[in-house]
Amino acid sequence: MRRQEAGTAGQALDVAVPRPVEGVLAINRGLARFRDLGLVVAIAAVAAVTAVRSPQFATAANLQRIMLDISLLLLVATGQTMVVLTRNIDLSVGSVLGLSGIVIGFMLKDHPTMAVPFILALGAGLGLLLGAINGALVSWGRVPAVIATLGTLTVYRGLVFIHSGGQQVNPQDVPRQLLQVARPGGLGLPPMVLMALIVAVAGWVVLRYTRTGRAMYAIGSNPDAARMRGLQAGRIIFLTYLISGALAGVAGVLYAARFATVNPASAGTGFELQVIAATVIGGTSIMGGRGGIPGTILGALLLGTIANALAVSGVSGFWQRAVEGAVILAAVAVDAVIRRQAVRGVGRRA
Amino acid sequence: MALGARDASGLSTRGLTKSFGGPPVVKDMEFDLRPGEVHAVVGENGAGKSTFLKLIAGVHQPDAGQIAIDGMPVQISNPTVARSLGISLIFQEPTLFPDLSVAENIFMGNHPVRRPLPFIGWQRMRAQAAELLQSIGARIDPAQPVGDLSVAEQQLVEIATALSHRARFVLMDEPTASLTPREVERLFGIIRDLTARGTAVVFVNHRLEEVFAIADRITIMRDGVKVGTWDAREISRDEVVRRMVGRELADAPVRTPAQPGEVALEIEGLTSPGVFRDVSLSVHRGEIVALAGLVGAGRTEVARAVFGIDPFERGTIRLFGRPVRFRSPREALRQGLAYLPEDRQHQGLILPMPVAHNISLTILDQLSRAGWLDRRREREIAQEQVRRLRVKANSVTQAAKSLSGGNQQKVLVGKFLVTRPQVLILDEPTRGVDVGAKAEIHRLIGELAAQGMAVLMISSDLPEVLALADRVVVMRDGRVAGELSRSEMSEEAIMRLAVGADGRAAV
Repeated sequence: MRRQEAGTAGQALDVAVPRPVEGVLAINRGLARFRDLGLVVAIAAVAAVTAVRSPQFATAANLQRIMLDISLLLLVATGQTMVVLTRNIDLSVGSVLGLSGIVIGFMLKDHPTMAVPFILALGAGLGLLLGAINGALVSWGRVPAVIATLGTLTVYRGLVFIHSGGQQVNPQDVPRQLLQVARPGGLGLPPMVLMALIVAVAGWVVLRYTRTGRAMYAIGSNPDAARMRGLQAGRIIFLTYLISGALAGVAGVLYAARFATVNPASAGTGFELQVIAATVIGGTSIMGGRGGIPGTILGALLLGTIANALAVSGVSGFWQRAVEGAVILAAVAVDAVIRRQAVRGVGRRA
Repeated sequence: MALGARDASGLSTRGLTKSFGGPPVVKDMEFDLRPGEVHAVVGENGAGKSTFLKLIAGVHQPDAGQIAIDGMPVQISNPTVARSLGISLIFQEPTLFPDLSVAENIFMGNHPVRRPLPFIGWQRMRAQAAELLQSIGARIDPAQPVGDLSVAEQQLVEIATALSHRARFVLMDEPTASLTPREVERLFGIIRDLTARGTAVVFVNHRLEEVFAIADRITIMRDGVKVGTWDAREISRDEVVRRMVGRELADAPVRTPAQPGEVALEIEGLTSPGVFRDVSLSVHRGEIVALAGLVGAGRTEVARAVFGIDPFERGTIRLFGRPVRFRSPREALRQGLAYLPEDRQHQGLILPMPVAHNISLTILDQLSRAGWLDRRREREIAQEQVRRLRVKANSVTQAAKSLSGGNQQKVLVGKFLVTRPQVLILDEPTRGVDVGAKAEIHRLIGELAAQGMAVLMISSDLPEVLALADRVVVMRDGRVAGELSRSEMSEEAIMRLAVGADGRAAV
């Protein structure tokens, strides 16, 4: 029986107020799908316009640069997507990236012969630890996620300066085998691009095909109902922070590979905004419960393309940030519109 | 029946008791649920029905007593355990995941997975969901997001969820509260179907006609205690109503009714589609009019509309003969109308703030000069209210949350009295307040009326209504079901109007 029928006058009780589940937000599938398509169109449009205007945009070297930037973004945004799906947020990822880059970078100075998988594992391990602190604060300390991770954002960035003493990791300190990760390899793709893709696909599989992944959606969609169903929300939220931290830690190592330099002030600073932007633009609701990795991939693609397009068009970095901010606002506005449309027609609750 | 011997007797509770820090909400509950029966639990608001269900479903833990299934004592430490024991609780408002599909809602936490890797088999899950839905005759697409469904459909999803756990005991807390008559009929069909398969159903409901339409047995609760259990064929509606309210009319402080003055508040034909319809009532100066009815009858909604919180579609509101339509509570307050919300934690007081700041909140503009607050004046006014209302607080700088519920309520009253209202709407003024504070609040309400204030009091507490009201207007299902004068008033008469046991259909 459809809602319209339920509201038919005469046969209906006047008091038959449709009482939605707390925060019932039906997905307007049309608009949701339109958004995915819209992202693809937007990416194509940005690319096309820039290609016409700036000859250096559509060159092999530049496309590779875009891919490298996007893979860093995608890697971290995959973890962020999981966190946001549970109605939480991880603001500390930029600082985790910076701290991992600095700590591992300085380590490489003394141990230049470490194997790449080992270096990556070190980065992941450090990120795991930092993520565990975030997760513990949110899950068991019951600190609101924004506050907890805003705090660790600052603390971790402080540690970056303390550990580095203000010194940066210089190109001569980054061993050759690590730099190779950001150079074209098998399939003509740099290994770090492949890694990001593999991680994103793995994240997609977890979110779509495992009970744990589905629980992330459930917790974000209706935390009370999740508790009633016996889902262990605390543990699962903790897990999302572990994943987000570990991926940001790996991203720190890849940052060193990509730029051959890790500056304590700039490495990862403000990166959390791009990561959250990619996630939200991709359709993952900031209120949790809705979205996923395919959208995040598109979000990262769009954001990476825009950033590069602005850069090759000679637009200043300050404008770049303003444009990024505007794109985030647009994405959140679209989300709000979808929600409002869904709520309309559903009875008001007193 | 002694506990300890295994049999197929179903579910039973012995001496089940629960309090939340105050007097017990459920006390010594003895209850038997037999396989295949529909067992209705009825009682006034606050009789402890919902808490009782939650104890069985593992949402709350009993302070004392035992639950047994088939004669074997069980510990139900959380909802998951309850489910594994075959107990499913269906709330009045479905607790589902609006963003997720129907199929996922049914299987969340229990997804069918493929081996060897524990990956969810989506197709199988949808097929199983479709099967379950079909078995209860629900035509719902398993792939649809639950947020798109009507409440009735969401309830069907909850029932399908219960079935997916092979529930033997399905507890339904006011499942029909937001359903249309046709949907109710369908739900009953499903319930009959379930019981035919041996599932036992507990059915908590206020509407007696529905109870008598579906229940095999009826247990009546009053003030957390079981009054008794009857075979539905052996008890009449009137008898049920009498047993529901039949408490002693203890020391009810009956006040001497004042001579009512001119009409202060007049509501005519107030309508907000789907919420309330054609509500008319009037309150005179010096008069206390109670607005009675069951939870969900639309009383609070009317008050909110009058006070300018929620919009309404049709109807007129007159304040001392002047037609008014407030667009915000601020406007209403300025014109001498005050509304004390029911939920003081969330709507009334700002609990972490000091008492003085809470009280001055409504008149900050009067207390300020050029944007600067006169803090001494603020304190004086707050102290005056605290004295007048006999708030038990060490000082007006104390945080509101450190006061007891009764004293918080008094602060809330003070907050509105400083606006010098001429019409006061009180929503459940003594809910969750202890006996002593309750008496003081009653005295205070009486005093305010005696001073010429017009008081409209929403209350589910029948003794309170009888003690204070000069007239009572009873609402049912969003309409005024009737009005009783002082001489016609009795708990039974009010309840009869409220539950629709007066022979009139509820439509």
